[in-house]
This record gives sequence, C-alpha cells and structure tokens, in this order.
Amino acid sequence: MPPADLLHRGEHTLTVCNSCRYCEQYCAVFPAMERRLTFSDADLVYLGNLCHNCGECLYACQYAPPHEFGIDVPRTMAELRLHSYEEDCWPRPLARAFRRQGALTSLVLAAGFSAILFAATVQLNPSALSPGRTDAEFYAVVPHGVMVAVFGAVGGFVALALGVSVWRYWRRISPRGTPGPTPRALARAVRDALTLRHLHASGPDCVSAEEARAPWRRWWHHATLGGFLLCFASTSVAAVYHAAFGWEAPHPYTSLPVLLGTAGGVGLVLGPAGQWWLRRRRDPALADPAQQGLDASLLVLLWLTSATGLLLLALRARTVMGPLLLVHLGVVLALFVTLPYGKFVHGFYRLAALVKDAAERDADGSV
Amino acid sequence: MNTREHDVVIIGGGNAALCAALTARAAGARVIVLECAPRHFRGGNSRHTRNLRVAHSAPLDLLPGDYPEDEFLADLLRVSGTTNEALAQLVIGRSSGLPEWMRGHGVRFQTSQRGTLHLERTNAFFLGGGKALLNTYYAAAERMGVDVLYDAEVENLEVDGGRFGGAVVRSGGRAQGIRGRAVVLAAGGFESNIAWLREAWGPAADNFIIRGTPFNTGRVLRVMLDAGAQPVGDPKACHAVAVDARAPRFDGGIVTRLDAVPLGIVVNALGQRFYDEGEDFWPKRYAIWGSLVARQPGQIAYSIVDDKVKGRFMPSVFPPIEAGSMPELARSIDVPAEALGATIGAFNRAVRPGTFDHATLDDCRTEGLAPPKTHWAQRIDVPPFRAYPLRPGITFTYLGLTVDERARVIMTNGMPAENVYAAGEIMAGNILRRGYVAGVGMTIGTVFGRIAGEGAARHASR
Repeated sequence: MPPADLLHRGEHTLTVCNSCRYCEQYCAVFPAMERRLTFSDADLVYLGNLCHNCGECLYACQYAPPHEFGIDVPRTMAELRLHSYEEDCWPRPLARAFRRQGALTSLVLAAGFSAILFAATVQLNPSALSPGRTDAEFYAVVPHGVMVAVFGAVGGFVALALGVSVWRYWRRISPRGTPGPTPRALARAVRDALTLRHLHASGPDCVSAEEARAPWRRWWHHATLGGFLLCFASTSVAAVYHAAFGWEAPHPYTSLPVLLGTAGGVGLVLGPAGQWWLRRRRDPALADPAQQGLDASLLVLLWLTSATGLLLLALRARTVMGPLLLVHLGVVLALFVTLPYGKFVHGFYRLAALVKDAAERDADGSV
Repeated sequence: MNTREHDVVIIGGGNAALCAALTARAAGARVIVLECAPRHFRGGNSRHTRNLRVAHSAPLDLLPGDYPEDEFLADLLRVSGTTNEALAQLVIGRSSGLPEWMRGHGVRFQTSQRGTLHLERTNAFFLGGGKALLNTYYAAAERMGVDVLYDAEVENLEVDGGRFGGAVVRSGGRAQGIRGRAVVLAAGGFESNIAWLREAWGPAADNFIIRGTPFNTGRVLRVMLDAGAQPVGDPKACHAVAVDARAPRFDGGIVTRLDAVPLGIVVNALGQRFYDEGEDFWPKRYAIWGSLVARQPGQIAYSIVDDKVKGRFMPSVFPPIEAGSMPELARSIDVPAEALGATIGAFNRAVRPGTFDHATLDDCRTEGLAPPKTHWAQRIDVPPFRAYPLRPGITFTYLGLTVDERARVIMTNGMPAENVYAAGEIMAGNILRRGYVAGVGMTIGTVFGRIAGEGAARHASR
C-alpha cells in the first residue's frame, strides 16, 4: 500500500472514531485520539504503535466492514506500525528488509551463517571438529577472540541501527516543544510495557475472535520477552565472569550464567512456539497479512536460538558439540542481523509510544 | 415448505429480542430468533446505542450518587408529556436490577464516565457500545442453545383472533414456516420504510436520512395492526435530528451528528435563517432540528460558523466546506450569494456585545432580528468560513403496539392476545410518546424483553 493511501485511511479511520468514541475505554489509543481534533502523519504513527492489537474495537465497531465506512482499527494500526518501522529505519535502504522476511528466509539465513562458520572452521581450525572431542571446550572450536570480534561487531551495529531508528521515531512523534516524559511518566510507561497492560486493560483479556478472550497471548509474550531478557542476562554475566574474574565457559550447570540461560532458553522455546500456535488460530481480520512473514521470522529465529542453545548445553560433552556450536552461532548471527529490520523493533517503538502517552497524560492531568 | 417447531419464536434481533430469547431459554423453552439482517448487521438499532438508564437509590459501582425513581419518571414526562404510567413505573422500577442481570450474561460496562456527556449519574455505558453488547448476548444465546436464523425476513404472521400459530419467513430465497407456541415481537419501528414515512411527510421523506438499520421496515407492526392489534403512539411522529447531509442513507449512526449549530447560524437553501440557533444547549435542542430542516425547501440547511469557534464543538466525521469569503462559501454550497450576504450582514449588525461562554446560557444575543439568536451569538466575521450541510436524520418512529404489564399485545377489542408478546421499539410508544431521554429505549427494551421472554416461555410450557 502506498503510504499516501495508508495515511489517508488512517486519518479517515481516526476521524470516524473520534466522532464516535464508543471504544474509549478499551485501551490507551482512544483517549490519546480524543486529545486531538485532527491527525497528522506523526499522530498516526504514534497511535499506530500505541495500539497493542488486542482486537476488541474491531468487533465492537458499528462501522466495521462491510459497512461503507470500512473502519478496521486493528489492521489500520498494524499497517501504520510497519510504515513507521520503514520510515525511520537506519540505514534507510535496508527498510525493504521489513517486507522480505519470513520463516523460510530466516532458515536460509541461519543455514547460510552456519555454513560460513563451518567452512571457516574447517579451513582454519580443522582439528576442532575431529571426532572424539568430549571436553565441552567451546573456545577450542571457535576461539574466544573470534567470537568477541564477530558478535561484538554485529552487536555494535545492531545497537547503533536500533538506537538511530528509535531516536528518529521518537523525534517524529515527539517534536521539540511537546511535553517530554517526567520520571513518573517513564516509570508508568515501562510498567505498562512489561505488564502488557493494554492487552487486558478493559477486562479479562484480548480477543482471538469475536467474544473469545483468553490470556494466552499475553502469557506467551511474557515467556518470550522474559526468556530473551534472561538469555541476555546470562550472556552479560558470563562476559563479566570472563573479563573480570577469568572464569571461562563452559560454566558448571549450577553456575549463574547456565541457570539464567537455561531458564531463559525454556521461556524462549515455549513463548515463540505458543505465539506461533496462537497466530494460526487468531481471526485473520485482526492482522495485516503483509506482516505474517515479519512475525514468523522473529518467532522462528528466537525459537531456533533457544532450541539449539539448550541442545548445546545438554550435549556439550559429546562429539556433536562442535557442529552444534557452529549451528547455534549461525542462528544467533541470523537473529542479530535481522533484529533492527524485523518484528523485534516493535518493542522499542511501542515503548516510545507508551512514554509519549504517559507524558501527554501527565501534561493534561488525566490519569 | 418445511416447518420448524419451537416453543418460543422471537421476531427481531436487537436488544429486546435477545433479552427475550435469553430469558425464555433460561426458563427452559426451545427458542428461535428470526433476525432479518445478515449476521454482520444484526441487532437493529441497538447496534448504534451506547447506554441504558438505570434508577438507583444509592451509589452503584457503575453509577455515582442516586437516581430516584421519581426523578427518572419526571425526566421521562418532561419530554414525553404523557405516558402509560403503570408501564413507565414498571420499567423504572425494574431498571435498577438490569446491570446485574446483564453482567450475568457477560455484559461489560464502562467504569464511571468523565462527565462529558452529563449522563454519568443516570446511565450505564456498555463497554464498546451497543454492538459489543449484542455480540455478548448472541454469544450467550449460542452457549445456551438458542437457534438464530439470519437473513430471515418475516413475510407473514398467522395471527387469528389474538392467537399466534406461526410465521412465514423468507430466508436464502425460499419461504419456510416457523411454528411456535408463543411469539415475541421485537422487530422495531418503521423508520427505514420510506414509503410509509411518505404517508406522514409527503415527498420530503425522500430526502430523509435514516440514522439506524435499513431493516426496520415495520412489516411486523403492519401485519399486527391489520390483524387487529391496538395501536399506540402518534402514527406520523418520528424522532428526527439534524445530521450531516453527507451521511450514508442508512446506518450512519452516531458519527453523523453535528454539534456546530449553536455556535453559528443556520440558513436554508435560499440563504435565510429560520430558527433561533441559540435557544438552549444543543443536547436539549438537537431533536427539534430534524423537523425544522424537514420543513425547509429541499429538506436541506447549512450550519455556518467562522474561524473563532474552531475546536469548540465535537469533531465532525465529514470535513467542513471551507471558503475564504462569504460569496465563495455561498457558491460552494449552492446558496444565492446575495441572500446569504444579506443574512450574515443583518445577523452581524444585530449581535449585541456580551461575554461568550459556551458552557452557560450566556448573554451573547441579537437584538431586533427575526428569528433572534438568544445565546452564543457572535459575529461571523473571521475567515475561513465553514459550512456543514444538514438534513433530517430519523432515529425511530413512535407508532407501536399497545401492551399490558405482562408485555401481551392488546387487541382492538381491549383483550390481550393469547400468546403474542411485544418488546422494544415496537412497543416503546406506550411509554415514550414524544422526544427522547438518553438510554430509555434500551431500558424499555431490556425490561420488556425479559418480561416478554418470561411470559412467552410460561405460556409455551402450559
């Protein structure tokens, strides 16, 4: 959809909504809409990311298709989100990646990176993959310096790309002169994000179809995000162990990095699998079909990362450790390079929108 | 023609129909709901509603303060003039128990309103509005085993001497008979039947916009009146508000309303004013503007405001027609520029100095102008000028079937029909004769839906 059409439809949708307001207690989007009389492009991409796609307002809408007004807020907001990811992406030419992702491309990417690592290891470190290794020495397969160099460089680029994109988005929705966040507003935004408050702000939980409400979507998301953060914590602790104390991997099963990584890995296996399962059962009217690949790609890579990681942990003292490590690292590389150009960014954009919402509510005194 | 057998047949698919269906089913009856609309447009005018009015003697979790039954009755009588007091008392008395019953079926309400609509004490708002309410009722009906037939237009009713035998329904291009031991008529008024409206309004009816469902053709009402049911309510009256002329012919609902009128002036197609735009607060006056506009040439009028009042009224779904000068605006809306210029000139000269306050009946008024503008009169002199076209928007009709306190339809011989019950808009005229009180239609529909469902189920079990 050309942006002009999308922005026009977004404006039409919110203009109808703003004259109706029946949905105003479902979530934060409608009160934020009511603070405005007209809707600029920046307002549209702000509200688009404030929407958590709970779906209630589609079924409640007296103007939903086939009504001639054709109001479909969840889908319009989803399309506006994708538009904002592309618009503020850095570097800009890579924005096209958002529409090229899918389960298959992730698998190909992961396989490609694994193959490169495999080829490099065979060339440079042939003994690493010789049969009979049972020592769980990861760094004998891929030297520590190589790991740090590769993942440090990729990770640094990912952080830079994400940082620039999110900063651009924030400046777009919150130009200088508009209310900035107070510490209280920041705290509230973080709390709303971590509790996924707007997936169940109006009652039991968000819908998967008309009058079908269940907490699963929220719980699987919690498992995914929690798993991701625990894995991140595990890696950080291990890095500190290595740099500060000289304690190198492999760490014992009862060590902090392994415990954190195991818990995180379990969350990251269950969460994405659960989300995948729910996605297939959810009313397709609630989603933007153009973004199926985007969702699938992140779920597949997160799942593969944790699945190969847990497998590696279980089999680290076996002969397969070497090849398994290369596969795991290939998957993680694929995950890393797609992070700034995939579904992963939604967390940052949504958090930015929640911060803006909290700042606006602070400024006009509403709770 | 195949025939299906049920205990209770419910004709209609809106709030009253579903309340009757749930109640009858809970009492053990086999129930079928015949909804004329396709599934997506189910629910009649209830899909456009938002709240119901509830009397309460102490604060409820939904509603602060109290709303005594006497006050509810007084609010009703203030607009309606007369009423069937026994039925009105029945509705008001039972209204306080409605939120609990509704919640029992899964209905969710908004938490207390912020007061923008001035109804926070008296009206309970459905979370998400009327369509969400209906979704909940239909889901409950499905769980309980109520049969629902969509696209089911009732062609005829077998009613003989006040006794219902069955209905003939056209569904999917073929006719079928639906038999039942009792029937609940909850099929609304006749406001979307333009030919019928023409009987009261003449050719002007062709320019009316119907705010609600296109399925309220009044067929069931007509069949019953022909079968000897006792009518109630003014046969020619309808609730008509001024809506944006660009609204869809049907089903435009709430968003087609326009709140700009008290902030400017309203002219007809000849460029002339015809009524005091500042007579009272808009929520108290919007309902007379439908018939005012209906009496203007071509049934069209234009609300004209200037840039001073921008942002002082609820945003409209349609953009205003905007122009930098009055002659240019006149051309855009096809009103004679000279006449409009003269009207604006005379109005601006007649405006007396005052302190504008949209929240009170302020002292900004005209002097020596006919018709006057008695409040909120400010010169229209700051471009750009904006116009919103207005047409009559019909909400509902008042003609209905007389019922007793057990929701039984009364026949012209004064006797109640044996097994014919009515609920909702089709009988609201017993209680509401004129005007409208926000949320009272849903209260009547819910109370009488339950009474009718209960009575029909009891009759069927005999």
